[in-house]
Amino acid sequence: MSKNIKLDSKIPAGELSQKWTQYRSSVPLVNPANKRNLEIIVVGTGLAGSSAAATLAEMGYKVKAFCFQDSPRRAHSIAAQGGINAAKNYQNDGDSVYRLFYDTIKGGDYRAREANVHRLAEVSTSIIDQCVAQGVPFAREYGGTLSNRSFGGTQVQRTFYAAGQTGQQLLLGAYQALERQVGLGNVKMYSRHEMLDVVVVDGKARGIIARNLITGELERHFGHAVLLCTGGYGNVFYLSTNAMGSNVTAGWKAHKAGALFGNPCFTQIHPTCIPVSGHYQSKLTLMSESLRNDGRIWVPKSKDDNRHPNDIPEEDRDYYLERRYPAFGNLVPRDVASRAAKERCDAGYGVGSSKMAVYLDFRYNMINKYGRAEASRLNIENPDEATLLQLGKEVAKEQYGNLFDMYKQITDEDPYEVPMRIYPAVHYTMGGLWVDYELMTNIPGLYALGEANFSDHGANRLGASALMQGLADGYFVIPYTIGSYLSNEIRTKSIPTDSDEFAAAENKVRERLQQLLSINGTQTVESFHRRLGLIMWDKCGMSRSEEGLKQAIAEIRALRDEFWKDARVPGTMDSFNPELEKAGRVADFLELGELMCIDALERNESCGGHFREEYQTEEGEAKRDDDNYMVVSAWEYKEGNAWELHKEPLVYENIKIAQRSYK
Amino acid sequence: MSNSNMNLKLKVWRQQNAKDEGHFEDYTVQASPDMSFLEMFDVLNEQLITEGKNPVAFDHDCREGICGMCSMVINGRPHGPKQGVTTCQLHMRSFSDGDTIVVEPWRSNAFPVIRDLSVNRSAFDRIIASGGYVSVNTGNAVDANATLIPKETADEAFEAATCIGCGACVSACKNASAMLFVGAKVTQLSLLPQGQAEASKRVVAMVNQMDAEGFGACTNTGACSAECPKQIPLSVIATLNREYIKAKLKGY
Repeated sequence: MSKNIKLDSKIPAGELSQKWTQYRSSVPLVNPANKRNLEIIVVGTGLAGSSAAATLAEMGYKVKAFCFQDSPRRAHSIAAQGGINAAKNYQNDGDSVYRLFYDTIKGGDYRAREANVHRLAEVSTSIIDQCVAQGVPFAREYGGTLSNRSFGGTQVQRTFYAAGQTGQQLLLGAYQALERQVGLGNVKMYSRHEMLDVVVVDGKARGIIARNLITGELERHFGHAVLLCTGGYGNVFYLSTNAMGSNVTAGWKAHKAGALFGNPCFTQIHPTCIPVSGHYQSKLTLMSESLRNDGRIWVPKSKDDNRHPNDIPEEDRDYYLERRYPAFGNLVPRDVASRAAKERCDAGYGVGSSKMAVYLDFRYNMINKYGRAEASRLNIENPDEATLLQLGKEVAKEQYGNLFDMYKQITDEDPYEVPMRIYPAVHYTMGGLWVDYELMTNIPGLYALGEANFSDHGANRLGASALMQGLADGYFVIPYTIGSYLSNEIRTKSIPTDSDEFAAAENKVRERLQQLLSINGTQTVESFHRRLGLIMWDKCGMSRSEEGLKQAIAEIRALRDEFWKDARVPGTMDSFNPELEKAGRVADFLELGELMCIDALERNESCGGHFREEYQTEEGEAKRDDDNYMVVSAWEYKEGNAWELHKEPLVYENIKIAQRSYK
Repeated sequence: MSNSNMNLKLKVWRQQNAKDEGHFEDYTVQASPDMSFLEMFDVLNEQLITEGKNPVAFDHDCREGICGMCSMVINGRPHGPKQGVTTCQLHMRSFSDGDTIVVEPWRSNAFPVIRDLSVNRSAFDRIIASGGYVSVNTGNAVDANATLIPKETADEAFEAATCIGCGACVSACKNASAMLFVGAKVTQLSLLPQGQAEASKRVVAMVNQMDAEGFGACTNTGACSAECPKQIPLSVIATLNREYIKAKLKGY
């Protein structure tokens, strides 16, 4: 590990709108004959991983792709619901690359890099073209053109979608492109394999140690470059909208091998999720942000109003988002909407049996927006409310059918008839491995793409931008930027995996697995995970304070000690053992959780999803400290769970910094 | 917060690995009606681990009905008694206090058991790799609105494309046929203009791979579609047959 890490973001010189064009025209290339001799390891097969693996293989590189699931198609990108942004301006409503760039920087509360975000906005349009060419069945208008809708933090309609299953359709497009390359022999796919360490040789990433999850065998894999496309770490909170298997392990091992971790405390709490219903609960389910196009959020004006929501008249309802933020109303960004819901519930206005929920009500728009439009289309004169509601329900069904069904399945309540009850839940992590403009970490040859890196969303991600970033990184960024590194590696022969570095890395992995199995304590891994999640949610969740964070750090350290003394991990190493997999992931979360709290404690300001109680305006909005914290916090791991902070200043040359206002 | 107020008997398939013969084991577990079926299994596994026994291996991931990883045959039906849901979206309110519930893995030669309720479904990936895609490299695309696609066509393609690749269709079929899975992909891509250029090549390659994997033939029973958690219509099999015959007549 180098003592003097110098953060070089490698942002190209030149005017913002020309940086990427000029970079692409001048980045060194690798000729096709040399590409065939260069091997690339891609870990994770979500949108970023599948698109990167497929595209790099199309270009001629030899690719090995890894996923812990039984098929690359199961990566959690599949569950993304609402849509994907692109600056196509098909709606002729004033959208542009600049506006998407501007919205994203502002939405991220001025904590993202200008150059990265502008590039993201530039390539967004190509993503939609590519996906349509692959046969992704986006929603369309009757004339055959693509349909759009709105998402939070914007005033244009730039979100492309496929019902409430956009992530599924985009991932299947990327998965099919990947499988095509598997069929052509250009990608070797390793499903049910988990990366457990990165192998660094002479300061460069040269491979990974992976565990075959079926046989338990440890495998050594060489690559001229290693791409981590391993998603976010929201499961550190135990309850989140992530999949059960989503984890930080690959990124964390890279971090411990020297890669810096950027802005670990930046977590997105999504405002519209189905509330917790019992202590046995294993995960939370998102209700897409797209629902806020037509759902109005409210609570009763008086506390303990126990009337049925449909019996509470308009004048007794508090549409608090529309009241506080008239310009954006129900479509304020996620962090703002989440905090506003928490504020109402904490003040005692919450609904439902736990009083920790608010209403998301479709009735008004089913009647007045869709019902009236349908009635007018069908030439129904003076329709009564029941008719309008019926007509509106049909339209709502087409727009959101699968989400409404899912809500009913889980809660046993019908959202066509009664308002949904929703509450914020952990959804996405803006933080991640620190990367430069080329998506490379500070370890040469080690890259991080998609949610696994920190780069594009600042302190808060706008809706429908995660899919955009994952696919931008994989289809259109890494295929160019990797040339900058690999063009210098064409003389590097494959390093035999019986080298000392590979052997040492494998031994380290084996020892840790044995250590987990030998604790032989009394408490289940799940119970530790649950306890960690509670600490994180209470003290490093929607609002944070110096006192709470200090307590959390002490509690996490104690919990980690207890884990290594008293966890029970059954079974053996050399067999299919899901409990062992889980134990390794929870052990890593127990370290990451501490770093998140340390980062949150160090950042003495509020910005985006990071809300420190000490730093707020009189109206309770996040109060930034641009003089001291307009920086990326990049943490370097030191032996024994200690960290050193490095800061990358953020420079805004094209955007006027302002207090974010959605009023 | 709801209480644990259901007492259930479980008969769960336990099998060490693909070679082991396997057997049922009986367990009792307490559940609450608001739990999902997999959360009930979490409770069972916590119980087993605390008792020093080996937990039941089962596949699961997103727990919101979309990743297609969960795969249990519950009382003889893939994904259990409710129509149109995956195991992870099945809630215990669909059962009654005192019930005995039998839980088995997908059973098909093409899906060998890994352990207990986990099976290997890589055969599906190989079928997609044989032709379930549009051959378009990144960067080759024209503007997304350059080709107009009627809404009805896009909607129909989308309906077929919602298949989650879980394998319930194979599990439900007495012949362990994968025609619904293959038909769904063939239908999606043959409806869309982008997929038509290689439609014939695709359907023949996918059917050949399906046969090579050991999936059985279709005898039009319709159990696949009836048990499909995404309610993929049986008509995709008709489309598959039509596309296949068309391709064969063209000499593919």
